[in-house]
Amino acid sequence: MSAVLDTHGHGDHEHGDHDHHGHGPTGLMRWITTTNHKDIGTMYLWFSFIMFLVGGVMALVIRAELFQPGLQLVQPEFFNQMTTMHGLIMVFGAIMPAFVGFANWLIPMQIGAPDMAFARMNNWSFWILPFAGALLVLSFFTPGGAPGVGWTLYAPLTIQMGMGMDLTIFAVHLLGMSSIMGSINIVTTILNMRAPGMTLMRMPLFCWTWLITGYLLIATMPVLAGAVTMTLTDRHFGTSFFNAAGGGDPVLYQHIFWFFGHPEVYIIALPAFGVISQVIPAFSRKPLFGYASMVYATSAIAILSFIVWAHHMYVTGLPIGTQLFFMYATILIAVPTGVKVFNWVATMWQGSLTFETPMLFALGFLFLFTLGGFSGLVLALAPVDIQLQETYYVVAHFHYVMVAGALFSAFSGVYFWLPKWTGKMYDETLGKWHFWLSMIFFNMIFFVQHFLGLAGMPRRIPDYNLMFETWNKISSIGAFGFGLTQLLLLYIVLKTIRSGEKAPQMPWEGADSLEWTHLPTPAPHHSFETPPVLK
Amino acid sequence: MASKSRIHAARWAMAALLALISGTAAALEWYMPVGVTRLTQEVYTLHNYVMILVIVIFVGVFAAMFYSVFAHRKSKGHKAAQFHENTTVEVIWTVVPFIILIFVAWPATKSLVAMRDTSNPDITIKATGYQWKWGYDYIKGDGEGISFLSVLATPREQIEGTAEKGEHYLLEVDNPLVVPVGKKVRILTTAADVIHSWGVPAFGVKQDAIPGFIRDTWFRAEKTGTYRGQCVELCGKDHGFMPIVVQVLGQEEYAQWTADQKKKAAAAADDPNKVWTMDDMKARGQKVYESNCVACHQANGKGAPPAFPPLDGSKIANGPKEAHIDIVLNGKANTSMAAFGKQLSDTEIAAVVTYERNAWGNHTGTLVQPADVKARRK
Amino acid sequence: MAQTTSHAGQKYYVPQPMAWPILGSIALFLMALGGVFAMNSMSTGWIAFSSGVMLILFMLFRWFGAVIAESESGKYAAQEDLSFRWGMSWFIFSEVMFFAGFFGALYWARVQSVPDLASMLHSETLWPGFTEHWPSAGPGFTEKFTPMGAWGIPAINTLLLLSSGVTLTIAHHALKENHRGRLNLFLFLTVALGAVFIVLQGYEYSHAYSELNLKLSTGVYGSTFFMLTGFHGFHVTMGAIMLVVVLVRCMKGHFRPDHHFAFEAVAWYWHFVDVVWLGLFVLVYWL
Ligand code: HEA
Ligand code: HEA
Ligand code: HEC
Ligand code: CUA
Ligand SMILES: [Cu+2]
Repeated sequence: MSAVLDTHGHGDHEHGDHDHHGHGPTGLMRWITTTNHKDIGTMYLWFSFIMFLVGGVMALVIRAELFQPGLQLVQPEFFNQMTTMHGLIMVFGAIMPAFVGFANWLIPMQIGAPDMAFARMNNWSFWILPFAGALLVLSFFTPGGAPGVGWTLYAPLTIQMGMGMDLTIFAVHLLGMSSIMGSINIVTTILNMRAPGMTLMRMPLFCWTWLITGYLLIATMPVLAGAVTMTLTDRHFGTSFFNAAGGGDPVLYQHIFWFFGHPEVYIIALPAFGVISQVIPAFSRKPLFGYASMVYATSAIAILSFIVWAHHMYVTGLPIGTQLFFMYATILIAVPTGVKVFNWVATMWQGSLTFETPMLFALGFLFLFTLGGFSGLVLALAPVDIQLQETYYVVAHFHYVMVAGALFSAFSGVYFWLPKWTGKMYDETLGKWHFWLSMIFFNMIFFVQHFLGLAGMPRRIPDYNLMFETWNKISSIGAFGFGLTQLLLLYIVLKTIRSGEKAPQMPWEGADSLEWTHLPTPAPHHSFETPPVLK
Repeated sequence: MASKSRIHAARWAMAALLALISGTAAALEWYMPVGVTRLTQEVYTLHNYVMILVIVIFVGVFAAMFYSVFAHRKSKGHKAAQFHENTTVEVIWTVVPFIILIFVAWPATKSLVAMRDTSNPDITIKATGYQWKWGYDYIKGDGEGISFLSVLATPREQIEGTAEKGEHYLLEVDNPLVVPVGKKVRILTTAADVIHSWGVPAFGVKQDAIPGFIRDTWFRAEKTGTYRGQCVELCGKDHGFMPIVVQVLGQEEYAQWTADQKKKAAAAADDPNKVWTMDDMKARGQKVYESNCVACHQANGKGAPPAFPPLDGSKIANGPKEAHIDIVLNGKANTSMAAFGKQLSDTEIAAVVTYERNAWGNHTGTLVQPADVKARRK
Repeated sequence: MAQTTSHAGQKYYVPQPMAWPILGSIALFLMALGGVFAMNSMSTGWIAFSSGVMLILFMLFRWFGAVIAESESGKYAAQEDLSFRWGMSWFIFSEVMFFAGFFGALYWARVQSVPDLASMLHSETLWPGFTEHWPSAGPGFTEKFTPMGAWGIPAINTLLLLSSGVTLTIAHHALKENHRGRLNLFLFLTVALGAVFIVLQGYEYSHAYSELNLKLSTGVYGSTFFMLTGFHGFHVTMGAIMLVVVLVRCMKGHFRPDHHFAFEAVAWYWHFVDVVWLGLFVLVYWL
């Protein structure tokens, strides 16, 4: 409708007209100044995809260096910088913004709201991100380069780094601000903007997972900001938070970091669960088996996630009582996560299944995420973790839950909602290719890393003994295959936008949330000007 | 143990499956080593136990899923049932995993308690992590007083690919840690600069070395031999190049080794009052330089700017010797330039400073004596 | 467009596109970049940093100005009001968590790292002669320093902040009962109490530096002391500025007895700052 000028009254515009060139800014300024949740969602998604490519190229540098023993391509310092930036960019630049993008697009549509609660702040949350990303990238061009300390930024190694470290610290501050504002917006939207009759327990599960994720973000991001602030003052202003000579403790950093860090992994995982909980019922043509228990399980995971952080610190020499407490709490998370897995399987049971690309990725998610969850369980057992900590087993574990988990779920969501977003249908054949190639190459990269880890290969090293050579070769080849496969996704999306066939109003027979049932395809520029009437 | 053979069977089944998938021979390293301490054996068994458990659950869950995938397809004309919510089922699938977890937690707790019991050691050794080498001090028990540094022994050419890589590529050191077989060895870990981590998979041991703090762990090796591990906490540039090698000797050999070590130490002990000649000092200094400084400042003294400054032509190495001695003694806060005062003797520092001031393009001609260094220690 | 119907039948206000957010992002970027340069002794950093600060102040001024104008022209109804309330509550929650991180550091230093460094294992090997005590600047700290006592300025400051909470509440009641004179008076008193607090805090810092030899670099005690009280002081300053804005608006006749979210938001914030101070007084100064 003709733009979003607030001076216009409700009657001024025709429905279904989403030609916004009339009054609002156009061209680049439209994107820079927009307050529309859909525009902002689109920007988040594109930003995330670009960051995924950047982080992915860094992963390829890592894998290329590890293709064979010896130093070939890069120096050890640079290798460490690649590892660090790969982790940071993938987590903060690719995965998190991707799901915020989904949230922006979908939450107002799914709860029957006109837009996000704070439309201007929404714009700000997004536009901080490119600047934070720029700070990260700039750090490569400072003397000494980017920090080579791992994405966990452990003190006191961070104290030794050059200026790139400071840029990274401020980038983390900005990313945190963006996440906090974004989450406040999402949480408020969900709590206050639901259409009449859309009770909390009727919301699509995706909204539920984001409500809880938003809470986790608001609770933990400030703590991370505190941790990096302490690092900054230790570096430049003579404080001794992480310095034993001054009575501080390097391990303190780890506690604060993981108090954020563990909830963070569920911040990544929960919205992914949400997407899967929309996709599986749609392609099973059957309602989610246990809606209420899914909500409770999600909450249980969120609560538990605050009391398990020290499972990343089993070898720092914690008192045994502490270790046992964290071990028990950690394995307990398997119970609510299991409830989710069982629910998804039970939803498929006796359904009427079809296997379009979104469903394929959802099944890929289910299969591989569970596998990654199990390796998490193995790591949760302190005696075993003492053997496996800081080895490639851990790398394998978290790529199963984050790549085959979160990333596959994002892919699934992209295929699922692409028709709604663009009004066009993607190429199903190419989508299937994307899935199967991703599946094969993903396992090629990361399955063998379990073996490397069990055999004792440490992570974050640029060079290794000959006994690890074969698995590393396989893994590296898989990485290049996986990377190329992702270009296919780019192609598919562009092709859909430019020349996809027009999507039917209801491309998926089994989908039942408001964005499908109450809005035209493609979705109009403004969602619900009048709240939908719910039965 | 009754379950051992079952476990082995499972292990073989998995190995066979794997060999099939990858088409590679079974000689590849792909599973947890069994190790040579009781604790690793426990960990090994625990791991197998959990693996079997999760494989069973995994197969169960996905058998159900794949059954649906094949049987309940729309293309086969399957009509969707509309059931949902079933409290009984939901309670079962919450309670059963919970009970399973208790069965996992129990053995894990037992092993963990045993692993953390560092009381009554026969020998206590302090392992200090430096960027990027390990220092060992025998603190109590046989060998008390022995102390040495342990540095990567793999030649640069192998790393750069100009020479054939040996079997123990990157897992070999000049002076391995030596311990007797069958004795409880307690390792105290600490670090001088950043966090390192001391771990040897064959002993089932891994413990972070935290600067300013002491942490401990223990092992009792049941078989003689040489066991290898690596620093397992990212500690900067050469994190991948600071291996740990432990040689487990029989009782007599160990006694022999400690005796030799003491003799060597006595012979090598420098008289701090000795006055050295330039050539001797430079030669000694070059050795010290090669084992302590090359990692950063490089053999040619050019460093790797901007992270590591060159010493060739540097202001400090060509300025007053006091400043030069000071930076080596005390290091530079918040950089990786460590305080070498604790690791090196007066003679060694005097030697390395002399060397740096007269090597490459530096021709100051200064000869630093141990007494000069002593005078600047606080 | 923007005003769309919401469940009460009114419209939810969706603002028009505007450039404040991007300006804010550029400002943050300049501040970050300038800050990094300045910390690494590059003098150009200060230029970038201060232009960032100026830009963000300008942006906030205009942005809030716009919001105030929208509010005063009656664009916000009950639902927007509730959104603001949720938003502010979650924002304060995030601030609580920020302080929680630093309180956590204080806890760790006092209960874990200092006693640990003084334990037998450590005093035998690494830190001979170090004994457990608090305040402590750690085993490597050799200078003498005097810790900050609780019963001088800090106690006065506690009283100041507590009474400012009371005056603010009186002002709030006055607003609700539409006694504009009393409202302005007590709001002014609140600001004044806050200002005195800040001045005293500044005096305390200079006293610490010049007479007690207590500095940011005085080990973990100095670190936690100055970082906790410093961030708190910063928040008091922010809160005081917000109070001044509200005061000016009150004097201009803004707000109605039943519609004054901005007032309440600032009051919540001020109470939050108050509560943090009580934590500080007990854990940093007193015990
Ligand atoms: C999306 C992110 C994500 C998710 C969801 C998880 C999930 C889990 N993680 Fe993971 N983890 C990471 C991301 C994630 N992790 C990352 C990034 C790191 C490394 C960080 C770094 O060091 O750089 C890490 C590291 C890590 C460690 C530390 C390893 C080390 O450094 O030594 C541990 C140890 O306990 C752990 C455990 C777990 C557990 C128990 C779960 C559980 O939530 C899993 C639960 C799921 C299941 C168990 C499967 C389904 C359940 C059933 C089918 C029910 C029946 C099952 C049973 C009864 C067993 N993780
Ligand atoms: C969700 C987050 C996420 C994602 C998606 C990924 C994706 C990938 N990761 Fe990542 N990884 C982390 C999070 C993630 N990772 C984290 C947190 C760490 C820990 C860091 C630390 O230790 O501090 C880590 C560490 C890590 C390591 C260990 C490094 C080390 O310890 O030194 C390795 C090694 O193999 C690795 C590999 C890969 C690969 C091959 C991919 C692939 O999936 C990437 C695929 C994508 C592309 C390749 C880009 C797309 C393609 C193009 C742009 C075209 C060009 C392509 C060709 C010419 C082929 N990762
Ligand atoms: C872990 C890396 C590392 C090792 C090992 C190391 N140095 Fe350094 N060294 C540095 C760094 C980094 C600096 C720069 C410090 C600064 O920023 O001023 C430095 C600076 C110096 C300087 C001052 C150079 C100048 O002109 O500023 C001297 C002299 C020096 N080192 C001597 C030595 C000696 C002698 C040894 C071995 C006994 C040694 N270094 C080992 C990292 C190292
Ligand atoms: Cu030392 Cu890694
Ligand atoms: Cu975790």
